[in-house]
Amino acid sequence: MKRVFPILSVLTATLLIYALYQALVVAPTEQTMGDVQRIFYYHVPSAWTAFILFFVNFGASILYLIKRRPAADMVALVSAEVGVVFLLVNLVTGPIWARPVWGIWWTWDWRLTSTLVTWLIYVSYLMLRRFSSGGQTPTLAAALAVLGALCIPFVYFSIWFFRTQHPQPVIGGDGSIDPRMMHALLINWLAFVCFAFMVCWSRYRLEKLQRDVNQAYAMASLLAPHGSARR
Amino acid sequence: MTNGYLFAAYAATWIIHIAYLGTIVSRYSRLKREIGELKKPAVTSSVSSLRS
Repeated sequence: MKRVFPILSVLTATLLIYALYQALVVAPTEQTMGDVQRIFYYHVPSAWTAFILFFVNFGASILYLIKRRPAADMVALVSAEVGVVFLLVNLVTGPIWARPVWGIWWTWDWRLTSTLVTWLIYVSYLMLRRFSSGGQTPTLAAALAVLGALCIPFVYFSIWFFRTQHPQPVIGGDGSIDPRMMHALLINWLAFVCFAFMVCWSRYRLEKLQRDVNQAYAMASLLAPHGSARR
Repeated sequence: MTNGYLFAAYAATWIIHIAYLGTIVSRYSRLKREIGELKKPAVTSSVSSLRS
């Protein structure tokens, strides 16, 4: 495994560079928005990747609630944390696109607001994990993760159900897209998914190590004379 | 001017990702130090299972 990680990291970096080239050079310039439309090649794949990670978080949380496996709890934590980072990218790049196109940074429309609320739910999930030390924390967090997952279909379908300022979906919507644009979009999504996988892998190893260290501290405090244990 | 927004969006994306990767590396370094402390003789038996 230790040899596979660097190889996959190099492959992922290569794919990210190729995806960037596709987004900035190969994909044609959109007629009305111009080059600013190319933000779409980072904005949309970031959201899709975050949603995949939140569904992984949902599945792992359900598994934890049923089987109480620590590995499932770790997968849930890691996927939520990396998902929050990807959704933050989506929330930051969206207003940067909106300012030149809509003339405003932000509007409280259904899609934007529901995305922000979903992000805040997962941030609260991470804060619960970080600041609560009780034995029930993973169970409470898993329950919160189920609530967070319920928001994701709402975010995705909000542009179908409600009148919003947000553009219609690229896939499954009424509009059409140039095949070169679609290719650039899908390549960027693939690159982001690979990158997210590598980040999750690193974060999982870190979490495993952290739990091993915590366990070692607990063992040390049992073995050490009274008052000398650190934790 | 629109190129400025494009650059800002792509730069913000990688600043966020690199900052997050930085926190992972920093937490990993701190854990390595803690493992070093734990591997002192008094607690060696309890940490023998830790990966180096």
